[in-house]
Amino acid sequence: MADLSINCAGIRAPNPFWLASAPPANSGDQVKRAFDAGWGGAVWKTLGQPIQNVSSRFGGHHYRGTRAIGFNNIELITDRPLETNFREIADVKKRYPHHALVVSLMVETREEWKEIIARSIDAGADGLELNFGCPHGMCERGMGSAVGQEPKINERITSWAKEFSTVPVLVKLTPNVSDIVPHGLAARRGGADGVSLINTIKSIISVDIDRFVPEPRVGNLSTNGGYCGSAVKPIAMHMVAQLARSPDFRLPISGIGGITNWRDAVEFILLGSSSVQVCTEVMLRGYRIVEDMIEGLSDYMDGHGFQTVDQMVGRAVPAYSEWGDLDLNYDLVAKIDASTCIGCQLCVVACHDGAHQCIHPAPDGTTRVPVVDEAECVGCNLCQIVCPVPGTISMVEVADRLPPASWNEHVNEGAVLRAKKGVH
Amino acid sequence: MPLPPDRSETRFEDFKSAYNADQAVAEANRCLYCWDAPCQTACPTHIDIAGFIRKIGTGNLKGSAKTIFESNILGLSCARVCPVEVLCVGDCVYNEKGLPPINIGKLQRYATDAAVEAGWQFFTAGADTGKRVALVGGGPASLACAHELRRAGHAVTIYEKRAFLGGLNATGVAPYKMRGDAAAREVDWVLGIGGVELKLGVTLDAAAIAALTTAYDAVFVGLGLGPDSRLALPGEDLAGVEGAVAFIDRMKTGRVDLGSVARAAVVGGGNTAVDAVRELRGLGVRDVVLVYRGSEADMSGYTHEWEAAKVEGVRGVWHMQPTAFEGAGGRVSGVRCTPTGPDKKPLPGREHVVGAELVLVATGQAKLGALLGALPGVRVEKGRVVVDAEQRTGNPRVWAGGDCANGGKEVVNAAAEGKAAALSITRALAGG
Repeated sequence: MADLSINCAGIRAPNPFWLASAPPANSGDQVKRAFDAGWGGAVWKTLGQPIQNVSSRFGGHHYRGTRAIGFNNIELITDRPLETNFREIADVKKRYPHHALVVSLMVETREEWKEIIARSIDAGADGLELNFGCPHGMCERGMGSAVGQEPKINERITSWAKEFSTVPVLVKLTPNVSDIVPHGLAARRGGADGVSLINTIKSIISVDIDRFVPEPRVGNLSTNGGYCGSAVKPIAMHMVAQLARSPDFRLPISGIGGITNWRDAVEFILLGSSSVQVCTEVMLRGYRIVEDMIEGLSDYMDGHGFQTVDQMVGRAVPAYSEWGDLDLNYDLVAKIDASTCIGCQLCVVACHDGAHQCIHPAPDGTTRVPVVDEAECVGCNLCQIVCPVPGTISMVEVADRLPPASWNEHVNEGAVLRAKKGVH
Repeated sequence: MPLPPDRSETRFEDFKSAYNADQAVAEANRCLYCWDAPCQTACPTHIDIAGFIRKIGTGNLKGSAKTIFESNILGLSCARVCPVEVLCVGDCVYNEKGLPPINIGKLQRYATDAAVEAGWQFFTAGADTGKRVALVGGGPASLACAHELRRAGHAVTIYEKRAFLGGLNATGVAPYKMRGDAAAREVDWVLGIGGVELKLGVTLDAAAIAALTTAYDAVFVGLGLGPDSRLALPGEDLAGVEGAVAFIDRMKTGRVDLGSVARAAVVGGGNTAVDAVRELRGLGVRDVVLVYRGSEADMSGYTHEWEAAKVEGVRGVWHMQPTAFEGAGGRVSGVRCTPTGPDKKPLPGREHVVGAELVLVATGQAKLGALLGALPGVRVEKGRVVVDAEQRTGNPRVWAGGDCANGGKEVVNAAAEGKAAALSITRALAGG
């Protein structure tokens, strides 16, 4: 039985599943119920000067019948009195001494940082998370992503926090930058013990096409919100992996962004996260999802021979390479299993309209199982992606291939590339 | 609307309920949107099914209905009465995957009901060509033909012997699939294209039909089928022995009194017989028996319909052939039957009486092709008017479609044939 306990930047937890700083971690009652459900940690919803929120705060991006594949919000940090928050934090910590209780913070001046950090630690925080990521509202007041987008300010405030804190400090990074690495390095220079990413992405989730107003709608106006949920997972994983593979970075990462189940969590861990944070899926389905996440992760670890989460962290990072190092002589072709093909021919139209015109209806018309012109198939995967029957289309390696040759090897060493396919 | 409101058929509920918007969108989103979709191939009118379903999913309901009606102007009735289990739904690729197939009929009903209810008209009459076409019969084939002819700009006149249009959609469809008021709504909506002249309550004999071929530039014959076949057995004139089609017609257009009927028998194994037993059960007859001279597997009626009949409490009596109707005081009391062998031929053996106060004979209907037999060039085989792939008869001014030509198929076949005939007529009139 795998050991799920983790230590992320000096913050220990019984498992890597933490609630992200967000509505599900807004109050002591909620966090206690989450811990009872099985969550290993929680990052308390950001504390600062309590704000006033708008009415109508969330929007969903729905796709072909699936509700909220993406999600956005225009809610700000806590709107509850600080005294209430700290009292509840102390109460939770007392009742759940072995769970990770991280407090997210966002204030402006050095004095404010000093005071709120002291109060957080007094309340029992196991760690702090500096919210340099919120991309709406707070950034207009010079906080949140306004900090995260300026490496110098990020470094300065991080160094203040480190100066005042006796517990580990995580810096939560905004994805609203062109390259995440300089921002991770700024946090490192400021002395951060680790980073958490991604915060939400600037977005307009939808437009009311009858009223001509974007959503979520506040009267006759809207504003850009923070995008999250399953749809942002690929963007988040790229940023996590960018930092994980940066030789100058080398800090623990708490991965966030579109994690909905144990499988997503495994992917984030393999890309370098030593804990993972979840918000949207909890908002959509409740704390109870963690039971499956724990079971799934544990079973996965047993199946792959991992005794500890640490052994998994970053295992896929070495395989994240530059395009120029990919083997251009690697050659795949699609094979269709006629025994399971249901004849929808989505692969035919996808290949014809969206790829390289190498999958065709059976020429004699006696079967709806399409045929692949392997001489033209570029091995792009599109047919496999659209196929509604998993396992029916396999991407199979071509046996007789030239020796591996990357673009860099071709340019620098004259490595021989195979003849191109699909360029008719 | 000449159908009275207190018809016996109005006690029936829909066997397949209508979708609400949420249900329709959820089902639409399940559709894979196949390329060269098998459901479309299976549809006699080749509706772009994947296309209209996708449009329901995106909220383009108007476009969805238009896609349906582009191929089949009778899409509203076909959505209800088509045997989708053996057509589009039967060929849905999900069947191959062991998943429930897409409920195409209910989705089509959702879109077409919305269109007809809102009064959306997608088609306008073409510029007047000066050509005149007569249509004999006011059923689905003629309606589809008339609509397509109006799109082309021809003047059309429908001759119908009843006081209302719709044919079997109004008088024959099982009421748990569609009741007459829906058929009437569809007729009104189809006629909404304008310019369709109606001659209702007009029965044409062979001479009158022949006269149309000189009075009009073209004639489309959609006569349907004739009266129920008779078994020519002793006692067939007893009260309580009736043709199934005639009975269904009475039930759909008026009231039938079954107060003295505790047991009913239906003779036959086809779809009319299966409809009749379900209808009798629905009308409250306690004991309903289907009497068929073959085995259960031999029945030509759709398996899914017969299975539903059994669920509703109908019994089957197999390998029994009626030899006489028994009765007393002028009323039927049962059907005397003799056993049959695997070849459905009578065997010597013990006769059996199926007790019944009502016996419906559902062994076929007369063919009306003879009405055209005198027209030069028109060939009639076994009562059917012989037509080519464009619904042309051998007479250059006469086209035919629907049951009188195909021998008795579905509404969707009639719709396809009526439309094909109209396109052929337009080509012919343009050339001449």
